[in-house]
Amino acid sequence: MSSFRRWTATHSWIWSFLGAGALMIVMLPFLRGQGIEQVGQVAIQFATFYVMVGLGQMLVIALGSGNIDLSVPGTITLAGFVGLSVSSGATGTLGACGAAVAIGIGAGIGNAVLIQVLQIPPMIATLSSGFVLQSLAIAFSRGASAVPSPLLQAISVHRFAGVPDLAIILILASLTVGLVLRQTRFGRTVLASGQSIRAARLTGLSVNSTIAIVYILSGIFAALTGLFLAASVGGASLDMGQEYLLFSIAVVVLGGTAISGGEASPTGVWGAALLLVLSVTLLNILGVGAGVRFLATGIIIVGVLGVTKPRED
Amino acid sequence: MNEPLTIFPNTPAAQPPPAIVDMIGVSKHFGAVKALNDATLSIAQGRMISILGHNGAGKSTLIRILAGLMKPSSGQVSVPVRSRDSEPFGPRQARAVGIRCVFQELSLCDGLTVYENTKIIHPKLRGIGWQNKSRSLIRAALDDIFPGHDIDANQLVGRLSIGRRQMVEIARAFTVTDAPIRLVILDEPTSSLDVTAADQLMKFTRLIRDRGMSCLFISHRLREVLEYTDDIVVMQDGRIVDNLPMSSAVSESILVEKMGSVENKIPDAADTVASDKKRGDRVVDIVANGASKSLHATKGEVIGLAGLAGQGQRELLLQVLAASRRTMPGHKVIGRASYVAGDRQGEGVFPLWTVADNLSIGALLRVSRAGVINLSRERALVARWCADLSIRTPRAKHPIRALSGGNQQKVLIARALADDPDIVLFDDPMRGVDFNTKAELYGLVRRMANAGCTFLWYTTEIAELSNCDRVYVLRSGMVTDEITRDALTEERVISASFDRA
Repeated sequence: MSSFRRWTATHSWIWSFLGAGALMIVMLPFLRGQGIEQVGQVAIQFATFYVMVGLGQMLVIALGSGNIDLSVPGTITLAGFVGLSVSSGATGTLGACGAAVAIGIGAGIGNAVLIQVLQIPPMIATLSSGFVLQSLAIAFSRGASAVPSPLLQAISVHRFAGVPDLAIILILASLTVGLVLRQTRFGRTVLASGQSIRAARLTGLSVNSTIAIVYILSGIFAALTGLFLAASVGGASLDMGQEYLLFSIAVVVLGGTAISGGEASPTGVWGAALLLVLSVTLLNILGVGAGVRFLATGIIIVGVLGVTKPRED
Repeated sequence: MNEPLTIFPNTPAAQPPPAIVDMIGVSKHFGAVKALNDATLSIAQGRMISILGHNGAGKSTLIRILAGLMKPSSGQVSVPVRSRDSEPFGPRQARAVGIRCVFQELSLCDGLTVYENTKIIHPKLRGIGWQNKSRSLIRAALDDIFPGHDIDANQLVGRLSIGRRQMVEIARAFTVTDAPIRLVILDEPTSSLDVTAADQLMKFTRLIRDRGMSCLFISHRLREVLEYTDDIVVMQDGRIVDNLPMSSAVSESILVEKMGSVENKIPDAADTVASDKKRGDRVVDIVANGASKSLHATKGEVIGLAGLAGQGQRELLLQVLAASRRTMPGHKVIGRASYVAGDRQGEGVFPLWTVADNLSIGALLRVSRAGVINLSRERALVARWCADLSIRTPRAKHPIRALSGGNQQKVLIARALADDPDIVLFDDPMRGVDFNTKAELYGLVRRMANAGCTFLWYTTEIAELSNCDRVYVLRSGMVTDEITRDALTEERVISASFDRA
C-alpha cells in the first residue's frame, strides 16, 4: 500500500480514472434498456468539451501566482454566437473557426493586458473581461441566427468508429500539450514560473511573454469549445458557458494539477472530465433534480480532492 | 575511591542537572539513504554545543528530529524535563519543553510585519492590545541581542534585507510568553549576518548560557565554533563520530581532521591566478553617480563585492543582470550574464523539479532548436555538469529537494554556468555551504575565470575575497573603496565598510 501511496503522490491523475471507473460500475445496474456503450459515447462526447476548455485552464493554473482564467464562460458564449452566425455565411465552417480563434486570441490578449500592463490580479482581471465578453454576446445575440450550418453541425457530431472526431482530435491535442510542457522551452517556462516566478525571471526565462501566450491559448481553447458545443447541440444560448466556469477549474484540479502551479497533467484532465460527466449521467439516470445534481457534483469534487491530496510524511 | 563525597560531605553524589533532551539510538532513513544512523546525544543545561560536519553528514536531520519536525525511523527522543511520554514527540511538545529553532532557510512570512511574525509563534498574544505586546516583545529581544540595530517592528518582513530578516528570526526565537526557553537550535545563524551582528549574537549566546539555556549551534565558521563552544559534536555520514569538550587542545586543524575531509584547505588562490589578464577589455562598466566611485570589470576578472550585508551589493548585481538583457543608462554590460542566487529557496530552486530539470533550465537554448528541446542533448548536458561540479545525487532525475543545501547550490551554479555566460553574478551563493564544497567551487571559479569568464561576486565572508582579483567595498549602495588583490587586508575591507564620519 505504501508503494502505491508513493506512486500516486507523483501520478495523482490516477484517482480521477479510478473514480470514473468506479462510477461506471455503480451505474451498471441502473442501465435498463440503454447499453453501456451508449452511455460511454455520451460521456466521451461531453467529456471532450470539458477537456477542451480544461486544457487551456490547466496551462493558466500551472502558471501559479494566482493565475486563473475566469473569462471562460464569456468567451464560450460569444464564440458560440459569433461562430454559428458566421458558419451560415459565405465563409462557412472555416470562417466560423477563424472567428472563434480570433475571439479567443482577443480575449487572451485582453486578459494579458489587464494582468501584465495594468497589474490587476488575475482573478479580478479575467472575471471582469468575462463580463465584457458576456455583454458582447448578449448584444450580438439580438437578431443573430444561433443555428449552425449543416456542415459545421455534421462535423461536430461526426464519429469515427464510434468515437467522436472531436474526441480524437482532443486526445491528440492533449498529447501535444503534454509534449509541449515537457519538451519545449515554452512549456518548461510555464512550469518554472509556476514554481518560483522570481527564480524563473532571474534565470532569464521570458516569463512575461509566456504568461501572455498562455492566456491567449486559454482563450482559443475556450472559444473553440463554445463553437463546437453550440454546433453539436444545434444552437447557442446565453447561458451555455455558465457551467463551464466551475467545470474548467474542476477538471484541472481533480486531474491532479496543483492549484498552486508548477505542475500540469493533461491525462488527469481527461480522467476528471470523464468522472464529472459520468457522475452527472448517473444522477440523471437516478432522476434527481438539478439542485441535488449540483450539490452532488460539489460533494464529488471536494471528496476527490480530499482523497488525492498527498499526505505529509 | 570516594573522594568526591569526602570533599562535599553534605551534598548527595554529584548529580548533573537533568538533560533537556536525550536522543537514544536515533536513526532516520529516506529510502535507502541513512541520513542519521544510531545517533545518541544528550543535551545538558547551560551548554553551547556545536555540531560540525560536511554536507549530508546528517546535521539538518538531527536538528529536525530534535525540533520535533521529523519522526525518527527508529530510536527514541525523550525530554526528561517534562515527561509526557504518552504524547509522541512533535513540534508542539518540543515547544512546550522549551526548544526553539532558527533555521538556515528563513521561516518568516514576507507579507507580515515584524511584530505580526512574532505573534505567529505566540498563541498567548491575543485580545485587545496584542500588537503593542508583540511589538515590545520583539523590540526587547532585538535590543538584547543586537544592540544598536535599526529594525522597525512595524516594517514588513519582505522589505527587510536578508541579514535583517535573519536578525528578526533569531530575536523572535528568544521571545518568551508562555513556554520557557531551554534550548535554542541555531542553524547557520551567522551566515547571512554582517560581522557586527554575528559578533553580537555570539556574545549573546554566552549570556544565555549563564541563565541556564543551552544552544545547539551549526556553523561553517570554525572560528566561531572554537571561540564560543563548550562541546563539539562531530558528524560524518549520518553518524556522530565524536563528542569532545572544548579545550585549548582543540584547534581548527584537529576539527577539520575529525570531520574526515580529504581536501580541507581552501586552495590559496594566489598560485592559480593567471597573471596575464587582458587589460582594457571591459565587459562591465558602471559609471559613477553622485558620490559613488565607478565600477568596472574586465574579461576573465573575478571581482569581489564586499561590505556589510545589505549595502546595495545585491541591487548592483541585479542592475548588471538587467543591463545585460536590455540597455540601461549608465550601465555598460557586454555579453550575457547569469545569476546565482544566495537565497536558494526563494529565488533559486524550482522545488517540484528534479536535479536535471533544475540544471538544464538555465541552458535550454543550447539544447533546443526552434524552441523544441532535444532530450538526449539535454541529458548529456546535465550529465556533464553533474560530473564537472561533482554534484552528489543518486541520479539526475532525483528530486532537488532531497539534496543537501550545498549540493542544491552546486546545481544552481551549474545552471548558471551551463549557459556558457560571459559574466557570472554571485549573490553570496556560498551561504551555508560546507567548506569542502566551497573549496571545489573556488577552484571552479578560478578555472572559469582563466577561460575568460568574468565574475562579480558578492560575499559576506571576508576570507572569500581572497579568491578575487579586485574588490569593491560598498556602503549604502555606493562604492567606498576599490582594493586590488595585493593590497587586500581584512582591516581595509572593514574600515571601508563602516561609516567613520
